[in-house]
Amino acid sequence: MNIRHAKTFLLGAIALSFLVSLGANHINSYWLFIAYDIGINIILAVSLNLINGYTGQFSLGHAGFMAVGAYTAAVITNQFGEMNTFASGAVFLSALFAGGLLAAVAGLLVGIPTLRLRGDYLAIVTLGFGEIIRVIFQNMEKVGGARGLSVIHDWTNFFWAFGFAAVTVYVVTSLVHSTYGRGFIAVRDDEVAASAMGINPTKYKVTAFVIGAFFAGIAGGLYAHSKQFITPGGFNFMQSIAIVVMVILGGMGNTIGVIIAAVLLTLLPEFLRPVAEYRMIIYSLLLIILMLTRPQGLFSLRKSPAK
Amino acid sequence: MQTFQAIMKIWRGQFLAAAVIALFLTGCNKPSSAPGVGGDTIKVGEFASMTGSEATFGQSSHKGTALAIDDLNAAGGVLGKKFELLMEDDQSQAGQPATVVRKLISRDGVVAILGEVASSRSLEAAPICQQNKIPMISPSSTNPKVTEAGDYIFRVCFIDPFQGTVMANFALHTLHLKNVAVLTDVKSDYSLGLAKFFKEGFIAGGGKIIAEQNYSGGDKDFNAQLTSLKSSKPDGIFVPGYYTEAGLIALQAKQLGINVPLFGGDGWESSSLVPIGGAALEGDYFSTHYSPEDTSPAVQDFVKKFKAKYKETPDAMAALGYDSAMILAAAMKSAGTTDGAKVRDALAAVKDFSGVTGKITMDANRNASKPAVILTIKNGEFKYVETISP
Repeated sequence: MNIRHAKTFLLGAIALSFLVSLGANHINSYWLFIAYDIGINIILAVSLNLINGYTGQFSLGHAGFMAVGAYTAAVITNQFGEMNTFASGAVFLSALFAGGLLAAVAGLLVGIPTLRLRGDYLAIVTLGFGEIIRVIFQNMEKVGGARGLSVIHDWTNFFWAFGFAAVTVYVVTSLVHSTYGRGFIAVRDDEVAASAMGINPTKYKVTAFVIGAFFAGIAGGLYAHSKQFITPGGFNFMQSIAIVVMVILGGMGNTIGVIIAAVLLTLLPEFLRPVAEYRMIIYSLLLIILMLTRPQGLFSLRKSPAK
Repeated sequence: MQTFQAIMKIWRGQFLAAAVIALFLTGCNKPSSAPGVGGDTIKVGEFASMTGSEATFGQSSHKGTALAIDDLNAAGGVLGKKFELLMEDDQSQAGQPATVVRKLISRDGVVAILGEVASSRSLEAAPICQQNKIPMISPSSTNPKVTEAGDYIFRVCFIDPFQGTVMANFALHTLHLKNVAVLTDVKSDYSLGLAKFFKEGFIAGGGKIIAEQNYSGGDKDFNAQLTSLKSSKPDGIFVPGYYTEAGLIALQAKQLGINVPLFGGDGWESSSLVPIGGAALEGDYFSTHYSPEDTSPAVQDFVKKFKAKYKETPDAMAALGYDSAMILAAAMKSAGTTDGAKVRDALAAVKDFSGVTGKITMDANRNASKPAVILTIKNGEFKYVETISP
């Protein structure tokens, strides 16, 4: 994306999503619901792309941050009853931010001790962390434990889902194109060289981790208010993998590619529903074919890095 | 020139993308039918865990439901129309039920929803059915919370507390036990609910709970708890947990020389119970929804038809899946329409419906009030003992 047009894009996307949300009554609620999923997945994939793609830290715990955001936002909004559009909007927005912030705190707590690790080791630690969060919620009787938590309000709509998707894209793109943000890419390309140039790799990694976790938390809050029911099982390892697949398929460190991959991978299983039980086999086969033919990601300009 | 090359490179990627999109469109071209019941069939939606971690439950349940739809159509359907069952797989995954139920309701235009086995997935679908005023019948979600989601949500199985009471009566009156110990899985709502109602029922009936111990689902070693229970010399031990732990508990109890009967709820019913517990389970009991050995004509007829179609013996999930579709058809017949609100009223008024799993009456909370079946383990197989009415 051309960085000079980023602000125009942001405002345009928010305005567009607002307009669509006004006309949402005319859209079939199933497709509308899939659209929310697309928006949420874009947030998740783009924010993970900041960690995995731009900073080169392989994280497998994104669903854990999503769970923190989902539960926090749901617990907050469940305290409120029915109210008018403006009040509910304000409550929802604060709940989403609270979820995002708590997820960011979780990201910080995990990030500081673990981001000194690299590659496979980091992947395993983040994987373990994601599972820990899930098990904690599973054992919290206050939020329904393994049975799950009902979310009263269905406040997620087109405006919130795509508005936040646009904000995520804007923040991540502006960040990596800023002077400060070049540090992320430097850390990814060569950590030793980067630190020789005076960049503190751990600080950059933790920053990427915290920002990524914040947006994952927002996505979690949107998810909770779209599905209206959350269980710890919904934030398991497979959910983390699904987000990683979007990033890899879209092309690591390529925001547009990752957005397109998020859209495709949300729609693909839905369009494959007519073939019923063979659906997931075909889905997996397509992934394998795509990875064999485009290892650098669907839309990446760069050739696959020589390893 | 460089830009041109870059664009060419993007194009290669887009060719692949185009292939993927073309694949979508083939799926997209299916004409979405008009919602409602304008056609010549009554569309009924079902969501089940056909794949994923609880696939065996979902597949059993679906087989039962599909058999019921076949039977109904063979008898001419209801209201002069045949049924059309639209089944969607939710992959045993949280997040999926909300999507598929929305699809069934708003895209396929079903008039009622059947599903699911797992309570957490029924809970996810329930608010959507409630908002759209589409009656939903869960065949086998036993958690009390499920039907609390709204007045359009029903179930054809009994709820957890009821089994606790049934087992208390069984222990008192059939096994003639006086001093019983309880070993509860503190991680499971199901186990805690069962234990609570068992204790209340057992004490109210004049029995005594002489010892209580806890474990967490997933534990493998129960020697500490069992040794402590053994010292209080119970006549029997109530183990309201799932089959994996129940099998291990039976095994370790025998090794410690505890020779009193163990008994539990429908969490024991699994073809994996006996392979885990082996001979140690002989003479133990559990309550469940139905037994294929029940000699009543309704059960035998169902077992015969099921075996003819699928070449296997139906389990409780299949029987409940069958009943869920049958009770829906009966409600539509008595309502004289497939309109959601009227079918809901008819479902709420169901009384003494003869299902495969016994006589079903909907109570004020839309839960089925119905008998439970007690099974015992003999020579490694489940044997029918008796039926206990509420």
